[in-house]
Amino acid sequence: MAAPLREKLIFEYSRPGRGARAQWPAPAAGAPSLPEALRRRRRPLLPEVSELDAVRHYTRLSKLNFSIDTHFYPLGSCTMKYNPRGCNAAAMLPEFLARHPLASASSGQGFLACLYELQEMLKAVSGMRAVGLSPLAGAHGEFAGVAMIRAYHRARGDLQRNEIIVPQAAHGTNPATASMCGYVAREVAVGADGDVDLAAVQAAVGPQTAGIMLTNPSTLGVFERRIEEVARIVHAGGGLLYYDGANLNAILGKVRPGDMGFDAIHMNLHKTFSTPHGGGGPGAGAVGVSARLQPFLPLPIVAQEAGGEYRWLTERDLPQSIGRLTSFAGNAGVLLRAYAYMRMLGREGMRRVGEYATLNANYLSARLQQVGFDAAYPQRRASHEFILTLKRQAQENGVTAMDVAKRLLDLGFHAPTTYFPLLISECLLIEPTETESRETLDAFVAAMAQILREAHEEPQRLQRAPHSLPVRRLDDVRAARELDLTYRSAAP
Amino acid sequence: MPFIPHTDEDVREMLAVIGAPSIEALFDEIPASLRVQGLPEIPAGLGELEVMQLMAARARQDGRPLCFIGAGAYEHHIPAAVWSIVTRGELYSAYTPYQAEASQGTLQTIYEYQTMMASLTGMEVANASLYDGASAVAEATLMAVRANRHSKAARILLPRTLHPHYRAVTLATASNQGLRFEELAYERGTGLTSLAALEACAADEFTALVIAQPNFFGMLEDVDALTDFAHARGALVIAVVNPTSLALLKPPGEWGAKGANIVVGEGQPLGCPLSSGGPYFGFMTTRMEHVRQMPGRIVGGTIDLDGRPGFTLTLQAREQHIRRAKATSNICTNQGLLMMAGTVYMALLGAEGLERVAALSMQRTEELVGALSAIPGVRRVFGRPGFHEAVLGLDRPVAPVLAALGARDIQGGLDLLDYYPELGPALLVCATETKSAADIDTYARALSEVLRAARAA
Repeated sequence: MAAPLREKLIFEYSRPGRGARAQWPAPAAGAPSLPEALRRRRRPLLPEVSELDAVRHYTRLSKLNFSIDTHFYPLGSCTMKYNPRGCNAAAMLPEFLARHPLASASSGQGFLACLYELQEMLKAVSGMRAVGLSPLAGAHGEFAGVAMIRAYHRARGDLQRNEIIVPQAAHGTNPATASMCGYVAREVAVGADGDVDLAAVQAAVGPQTAGIMLTNPSTLGVFERRIEEVARIVHAGGGLLYYDGANLNAILGKVRPGDMGFDAIHMNLHKTFSTPHGGGGPGAGAVGVSARLQPFLPLPIVAQEAGGEYRWLTERDLPQSIGRLTSFAGNAGVLLRAYAYMRMLGREGMRRVGEYATLNANYLSARLQQVGFDAAYPQRRASHEFILTLKRQAQENGVTAMDVAKRLLDLGFHAPTTYFPLLISECLLIEPTETESRETLDAFVAAMAQILREAHEEPQRLQRAPHSLPVRRLDDVRAARELDLTYRSAAP
Repeated sequence: MPFIPHTDEDVREMLAVIGAPSIEALFDEIPASLRVQGLPEIPAGLGELEVMQLMAARARQDGRPLCFIGAGAYEHHIPAAVWSIVTRGELYSAYTPYQAEASQGTLQTIYEYQTMMASLTGMEVANASLYDGASAVAEATLMAVRANRHSKAARILLPRTLHPHYRAVTLATASNQGLRFEELAYERGTGLTSLAALEACAADEFTALVIAQPNFFGMLEDVDALTDFAHARGALVIAVVNPTSLALLKPPGEWGAKGANIVVGEGQPLGCPLSSGGPYFGFMTTRMEHVRQMPGRIVGGTIDLDGRPGFTLTLQAREQHIRRAKATSNICTNQGLLMMAGTVYMALLGAEGLERVAALSMQRTEELVGALSAIPGVRRVFGRPGFHEAVLGLDRPVAPVLAALGARDIQGGLDLLDYYPELGPALLVCATETKSAADIDTYARALSEVLRAARAA
C-alpha cells in the first residue's frame, strides 16, 4: 500500500460550472414538456468535476483497498480465489453487454447456449436433477431453496410444518432466510467433534419440521461425516434438506450434495466458480433441486428444444413455480464469467479445485500449529478451511482475534474471518483457496509467527493495530451513535 | 493446471508437513459410498484462447440489433471511464468491506453514492444497494410493514401500472411473510392509476401505497394527489422511480405535502450495460426516522484512534450476520460493483449531464412515437405527459410484426399481450439518447414495410 493518505470526497473537488462535457449528450431541442407540478425545482447534489478529476479520485480510492489482485485474502467461508481476467474479457464482449434482457430468444441463441451449458455443468458437479440460474446471490438462492421447500409442503396440503432446523454454527443468512420464508428457525447443537449432534437432530425433527439447512463441509471447516444419517432422519420425519453451497469449493469433483441426500442447494458462483466479489457483489446463487422440487424452480430457466433451439421456460411450462425472484433473468454477466471459468477448468480442473484447496488448508493448519497456534479441531482433517482459537492468547496476553486480524493487515495480509462461527471463542476461520502458492502460505505463517511473538513481547502493538494503513482502528460505536451517512456541503 | 501454482515438489513437501501419504488421503473422513469417480458429463478443459474463440463466436451469432425495448432496462451511453475504473483489480476483486481499515476505497465510494442517491431522490439516507429494481420493491414492502407501526393490516396496494415483473417478484418474495397485496387498476383512457379504484381499495386499512413514476407505460402519475391520499389514511408511500428521470422530475421526497417514505428503483440506467438483465443494482432511500428498518448495508463516517476521519459499515445490528433470524432481511452479498459504476457515472454526468440525458431521451421517444404513429395501423394508446417510453396500438397481432422486424435486425419493443391483454395488440417502445434520427427513420421505414406486407398477405 503506497500512500496512506486521505482522499477528499468527490464533492470537495466540485466547482460550479465544471463538468465532464464529453460525456454529456447534445442539448434537447427545446425544454421538455412537463407540467409545472411534476418538475424538479432544485438540482440534486451531484459533483461538478472534470473527467480527470473523477478518474483520478476513484483510482486513488481504489488504492486504499485490499483485494485479491493485491493481497492474500484467507477469508474463511468466502473462497477468495483468483478471478481470471479471461473470464471477465469473455463476459464483456460487446454483443453480450448490448443484449436487452427482453430481446427475443431467437436473437440470443449464442447467449442462451452458454447459460444452458452452465446449467448442465452445475447439475453435473452438484448431482442435482435440475438447476435454475436466476437467484442473484447466495442468500437469494437460499431464499429460493427454502421457498421451494415451503411450496412443496403446501402443494401436498401439509400445512403444519413451520420450522426450519439450522445448526448452531450456521451462516447468519440461514436463520434469516428461514424467517423471510415465514418459518421459525430452530437451532440444534454441534457435538464436541465438530459434527452436528445426531440425537439433537432426531429430537428436533417432527411433524412441524419443514426442513434442515446445512453446510457440508460445515462452517467449522470439517466434513459432516454422518450426513447420510442426518438425511435419513429428516426425510423420515417428512422434512427436506437444504444445502448451503458456501463451502462447495472444498468438495468440488470429490462428493456431490445430490448424492448426500439434499433436496435443494444454492451454489455461490462468486465463490466456487471464481467470479469477482466486487467489494460486495455482484454474486450469483444458482439453485439445484432434486426431482421432487423440480416443479417449483424459480423462473426463468433455459430449455433446449428438440430442434436444438434454446428458449426461456415460463409459468406455462412450470405452473407450480415459486415464481419470479428477479427483474429479468439473473446476473447474466456473472453467469457468463462462471461459464468461461468452468470451460477453462473442465472435468479434471474441477476435481483439482477441491483437492488443492484441501491441500492448502491442511498444510496451512499444520504449519500454524507448528508455530504455536491452537486449532479448534486438531483431531479432524481440515476441509478447504479451518479454525484457530486464540482463547489461550486472550487469557495469557489479553490479545484478541480482532487484534490479530488487524495486525495482519499491517503485515500485508487480509484478515481471516473473525468471530464466526460464534460457538468457538476468539476464533479465526482461515480459507487459503487452491490458487495460492506455497510461498504465499509460508509468508502468511511467518507473519502469524511474528504476531505470536508480539503478543508475548508487546501486546499493545497488536491491540492498537493497524499502524500502517490509511486509517487506524475506527470507532464503530461512534459511527452507530452519531450517524453520519451523507455528505452535507458547507455551502448553502 | 489452470490457476493452481503447485509444483510436484511443493505437493510432496506439503504432504510431508501434513503427515499424509497423498492428496487423496486428505479426504479420508468422507464416507467412501459418497465419493464420485470423475465428472464425465463435463467437457475437458480449454485454454483461454479457445474459450475466447468459443464465446466470441456465440456473441457474434447474437450480433447487435438496433434495440427499441425499454421496460425496465435502458440503453444509455456509458462513459468509457466507468468500466475502466470499476474493473481495476483493487475494486473488482475486493471483498465486502468488513475490514474497514483495509477497505476505505470501497467504503468512501459507498458514502459518496449514499449522498448522491439520497439527494437525487430527495430523501435523507440511502443504503449501499439491493439486488435489482424488482427485489427492491419487495424489500420496501416488507420494510413498510415494519416501519408503519400504526397499521396492523400488512396490506399493500400495488398499482397494475407497476412493472409486471416487479409485481411478480414482490408477491413471490413477501407473501411468505403474510403480507397481502391488492392490485390497483388503471384508467383505460389515460394509462394512469385510477383514483376510483384507489378509493375502493382504501375502504379497508392499508399499510402502504406503491407509486411508480414514470409508470410501466411511461406515463407520469399525479404523484402529489396519490401521496397525500395515502398519508391522509395513515399509510406509507413507496415510490418506484427511474433515476434518470429524476434529473427532470420532482423527487419523491417532495411528493405531496409530506413526501414519499421509502424510495426504490432500478439503478441500471446509471452506468450498467444491458447485459441480458444483469448484473444491475437496486437502490433504496428513506428518511432518517426509518433508517433502522432499512435492509442492506449502510456506511457511516467516523474517526480512528488518532481522530482522523474514516468510513465503516454501520447499524449492522439490522443485518443477518449479527441479528440472524431477527434481521431486517437475509440479504448479504448483493451488487456492490454496480453501485460503484453508478457512482462514477453520476460523478461524470453531474446534474446537468443527467438532465441532458433525460431530456434528449424524452425528445427521441417523442420523435419515435411521432414517426411510428404516422404509419397506417399504428396509434398512440395513451396521451402525454410521458417520460421516455410509450404504448403503441397495432391493428394486428404484435408477435409476427416483431418477428419480421427481428429478421431485419431490429428489436422493435415489448409485446404487451401476456402482461396487459386488455390493451389488445400493443407494443411498448423506448428511445434514449443513444438513438439517432437515422435510427428512428430506419425503424419507421421497416415497420411501415412490415405492416404493408402483412396487409397484403
